[in-house]
Amino acid sequence: MTIDPGQIRVILATDCGSTTTKAILIQYVDGVYRQTHRGEAPTTVEAPFADVTVGVVNAVTEVQELAGRRLVDASGRIIRPGTDTEGCDIYISTSSAGGGLQMMVAGVVRQMTAESAKRAALGAGAIVMDVIASNDKRRPHEQIQRIRELRPDMILIAGGTDGGTTKHVVQIAELIAPAKPRPRFGGEYSLPIIYAGNKDAAPLVRRILDGKFSLTVVDNLRPVLERENLGPARDAIHNLFLEHVMAHAPGYDKLIQWTDAPIMPTPAAVGNILQTIASRQGINVVGVDIGGATTDVFSVFDGVFNRTVSANLGMSYSISNVCAEAGMPAVMRWVHFDMDERELRNRVKNKMIRPTTIPQTLEALVFEQAVAREALRLAYLQHKEFATTLKGVQQQRTVGDTFSQTVSGGTIVDNMKLDLLVGSGGVLSHAPRMHQTAMMLVDSFEPEGFTTLAKDSIFMMPHLGVLAEVHPQASLEVFERDCLIYLGTCVAAKGLGKAGRPCFRFTIRSTTLNESGQMLVGELRLFALPEGERATVTIDPERGFDCGGGPGTRVEREVRGGTVGLILDARGRPLALPPERAAARGAMSRWVTSLGLYPEAGAAAGV
Amino acid sequence: MATAYAPGLTVTPRTRHRARRLLPILGEVLVEVGQHVDAQQVVAETLMPGELMPLNMARLLAVPPAEVPACMLKKEGERVEAGDPLARTKGIFGMFRTENIAQVAGTIESISSVTGQVIVRGAPLPLQVKAYLTGTVVEIVPSEGCVIEADVTLVQGIFGVGGEAFGTVRMACKSHDQELTEDLITPAMKGAVVVGGARMTERAIAKARQVGASAIVSGGMDDEDLKTLLGYDLGVAVTGSEQLGLTVIITEGFGEIAMAERTFRLLARHEGQTAAVNGTTQIRAGVMRPEIIIPLTREQLVTETERPHSAGVLEIGKPARIIRDPHFGLIGSVAALPSELQVLASGSKARVLDVLLPSGDVVRVPRANVELIEE
Repeated sequence: MTIDPGQIRVILATDCGSTTTKAILIQYVDGVYRQTHRGEAPTTVEAPFADVTVGVVNAVTEVQELAGRRLVDASGRIIRPGTDTEGCDIYISTSSAGGGLQMMVAGVVRQMTAESAKRAALGAGAIVMDVIASNDKRRPHEQIQRIRELRPDMILIAGGTDGGTTKHVVQIAELIAPAKPRPRFGGEYSLPIIYAGNKDAAPLVRRILDGKFSLTVVDNLRPVLERENLGPARDAIHNLFLEHVMAHAPGYDKLIQWTDAPIMPTPAAVGNILQTIASRQGINVVGVDIGGATTDVFSVFDGVFNRTVSANLGMSYSISNVCAEAGMPAVMRWVHFDMDERELRNRVKNKMIRPTTIPQTLEALVFEQAVAREALRLAYLQHKEFATTLKGVQQQRTVGDTFSQTVSGGTIVDNMKLDLLVGSGGVLSHAPRMHQTAMMLVDSFEPEGFTTLAKDSIFMMPHLGVLAEVHPQASLEVFERDCLIYLGTCVAAKGLGKAGRPCFRFTIRSTTLNESGQMLVGELRLFALPEGERATVTIDPERGFDCGGGPGTRVEREVRGGTVGLILDARGRPLALPPERAAARGAMSRWVTSLGLYPEAGAAAGV
Repeated sequence: MATAYAPGLTVTPRTRHRARRLLPILGEVLVEVGQHVDAQQVVAETLMPGELMPLNMARLLAVPPAEVPACMLKKEGERVEAGDPLARTKGIFGMFRTENIAQVAGTIESISSVTGQVIVRGAPLPLQVKAYLTGTVVEIVPSEGCVIEADVTLVQGIFGVGGEAFGTVRMACKSHDQELTEDLITPAMKGAVVVGGARMTERAIAKARQVGASAIVSGGMDDEDLKTLLGYDLGVAVTGSEQLGLTVIITEGFGEIAMAERTFRLLARHEGQTAAVNGTTQIRAGVMRPEIIIPLTREQLVTETERPHSAGVLEIGKPARIIRDPHFGLIGSVAALPSELQVLASGSKARVLDVLLPSGDVVRVPRANVELIEE
């Protein structure tokens, strides 16, 4: 269907999640697109309904009631095209229901083609169940056993550069063929396999796999070592996601007919909107979505997009894993009072087995937010390790590079260059005070220099990501006005120093603020700078500290206010808490007080 | 609003239970509709394709990959026995030949002239599915398995480790709040489903394993003891495949917590009867909880009555369990369901309810932090 953006007045978008289907209505009001109403209903892909459209109609019906605008007709279909009083002009949707898109990827060298294949799959919104590579330290029979056990939605095979040796990638195909992995949604259709390796090996791979699987051959995703070409593989993943996976999920055949643009995997849509924003505004962005089971991290640095999914780092189903991976002392350093460790361990397990419970006491909330800091920190660490320049690339060095230690495969994530940090997911979105959200982001991501902090108000990024495909203007307008809640700006000095010594001097000028002073190492201060207001901040760092202009060099920037304000962070980077428990508790208590994170003891008047 | 949805675990003296017993791949079903089956009876069986063993034949024979097919003495699909020559080089004028001998029996799955790789598939592996539930076959799923039905007493636990097990119910504790310690485990409990009261200690679990009990069930356990039992810190609650020598089930949660009195009394009523238990827990979409299933005797079919299912709707007067601190583990009845959002001590706003405790105290908790006790 051809869509004329000029004619679009009412847009309906849904995101079919594993548990909830969320619908939003976007309308053209006073010359701009605004998100006006939202509704949600349980997702209905499992019995007894086994039809995703039931949940979609329920969520849309809620929007219809709130908006006073009929969107669903008597036969349960979405009314299109829209008129002045009813229906919508376009309907779009994303989906992660039924566990999203689950893929296995294979490549020849783990750090090269296999990693490029993983990047392609993650960028397309998939969960990567396993990466098989010739050098993954598993013996061939162990690899076959693993392939047999997995039930992916599809497989991506890469390996070899064009014109290079064909042997190794053919060997991978030879392992997959007899293992006969079965697709997740029953055995009624052939498992889709995408081949994106050495083009010379394509006929050989076709001979091994054709007939047994539904094979699609696309351009090599690593045609030469120096370059990735992920587009064709990502497009093929999206097409096969719709043709094979979605078409076999309950009710999706109907939903595909309803939508005016292809249904996108939810994370792919989030990646899409972040890339659009980064490119339109010329900024570097990091986005995070922390869920109950997994944490997704997205980044765009200098136009390069990366996404990672940290399976088993989450706040309910995976909370116990976060504590096991980080270690209880690492979690406890973020807690500013004493807690009994044995009892805490049991509480963590109780949350794992009853994941829908919520913290009732302040103590329980502080502990959950401490766990969240570690989950986010570990997820970001994994992201930094994955978002690298291409590995295996030969570098030409000159005499001038003699003392340079840079090697291929270094991370491209640079916190000093980070402009916007966006958080979403229950523990960040539903924190009782926005200050808590801001500090969870600052403590775990450790932004350096000047960084704007925001949260996704109602997890609208998936809807806007797919909308960007059909109506970029509407998508950007809603993103800017309704999607993000700006928390404020964090100004942090990179470098380490002795606590209590000078870190930087500052002046802040705005219509409501006229402040100047000195920050000592270990200090954290908050200045109220309301949403919509901007301030000019000048920082003079001490020697050894850097706020974006270089060590000891003055820097002046205009910063954005928000619901929290302007945070000056002189705790140093990398952020190090005292190793001793009592000292860490003392430091944390001071920061809690400086930011007013929690109500004072005894002031809590709730249930 | 007078009702809300808060599904809980099922603990019922009588329910008609169905067990779907299917093979992972197609095979032969050994029972028919209407047939009575015992828990340990095999109802379906099949042969799983054998293990795959890749051999880098080009390297083993020291020849280029393209020459491997010509060196093979066995063709694709052909059977080989351990000790059979698999491949042989031509050598120089018929001399200095290199030979490869099959290490295991199987069939030749593939021979590659590109990589020089030969894949041998081992002998098929027999796979059987037992009835698990003593009852009557009510449905056959052709070539896959069957559905078995029986009237049973069913107790769902909150968490377990270890898979399916069978045994006679033996009560080790005298009350629902008595800690299950090692001195309560006796050699007579060999092969039994041992039932405790409150927290089971690490030593009690070790003793149960030592005497050969098939399962151990109690109200709670310490996280630290679970870690010792498994040998690692469990990250996500997806269990069932552990090989521990016995199945472990907790009915309430982690920590010092007593088994719900109803659950304890119900299990005690069936002491001496055979139970099928499964510790498999999966807390993800399509949640699975561990279970203790006791088929009812002819006499019990007369005395035990089925109670209507509440379908997870919270109503005033319904029994409910508080599942999060500060009142974790307390059981009471729903006293009020205020509809307005309330501010919690944490500062969050949430919908709440009032629970009347047996002590007469009323506590207010978020609705998300209670579960119904299903009858």
